[in-house]
Amino acid sequence: MEQIYSNPATHCKLISTRKEAVDFLLNYSKSLEIHKVQGMTIENNLN
Amino acid sequence: MHSTINDATLVRKYIGGDERAIEELINKHNQRLSSYIYSKVQDMSVTEDIFQDTFIKVISTLKRGAYNEEGKFLPWVMRIAHNLIIDHFRRNKRMPKYKGNKEFNIFSVLTDDKLNAEKQLIKDQIDQDLEVLIEQLPKDQRDVLIMRIYQDMSFNEIAENTEVSINTALGRMRYALINLRKIIEKNQIVLTN
Repeated sequence: MEQIYSNPATHCKLISTRKEAVDFLLNYSKSLEIHKVQGMTIENNLN
Repeated sequence: MHSTINDATLVRKYIGGDERAIEELINKHNQRLSSYIYSKVQDMSVTEDIFQDTFIKVISTLKRGAYNEEGKFLPWVMRIAHNLIIDHFRRNKRMPKYKGNKEFNIFSVLTDDKLNAEKQLIKDQIDQDLEVLIEQLPKDQRDVLIMRIYQDMSFNEIAENTEVSINTALGRMRYALINLRKIIEKNQIVLTN
């Protein structure tokens, strides 16, 4: 049977962000502290 | 291998202070989110930037206690990523970027006219040497040369200033240059950069 359907374009490529980028996020999360002062929310990053 | 704990539980644990929960959440959705972003921007480094920015917002919102758990963690994260992708395209539209390739590099036609450090040093030295040579000229020729070259005065202005005719001013300038060349040749000085 004749192929009447064209091959679907493969735009979908499965990738993952590198470990270093993920580690950065984890360190960011550990360093982030939220303080609520007089109705204001203050974000602070501890070194 | 990812755990079978659902997103809502992981979010609850993270808000409760368990940092391992956010690591699980990120790893669990890394491929899906990264692939989605990449499918839009088609650039790996931009994908990583947007991925990071997405989760920075997620982390900040969760820690602030501003997240309402309605069993829609992943759609929420994807929506954040989607908005950041739109921001990226809007920014790029306002400020288009050019990327060089093997055939053509824009820096081959765009140049910086400023002298590099070495050439600037040489130029400064030449300027200093020239000042010493100019001092050796007769006063009337020296004055005309200084007014013309360093003070950018017209010959009319020089003539008025020195109370001579314009022809005299022109003549003094001509002799100044002839004598300067003679001094340079006599002393075998090299004044080129």
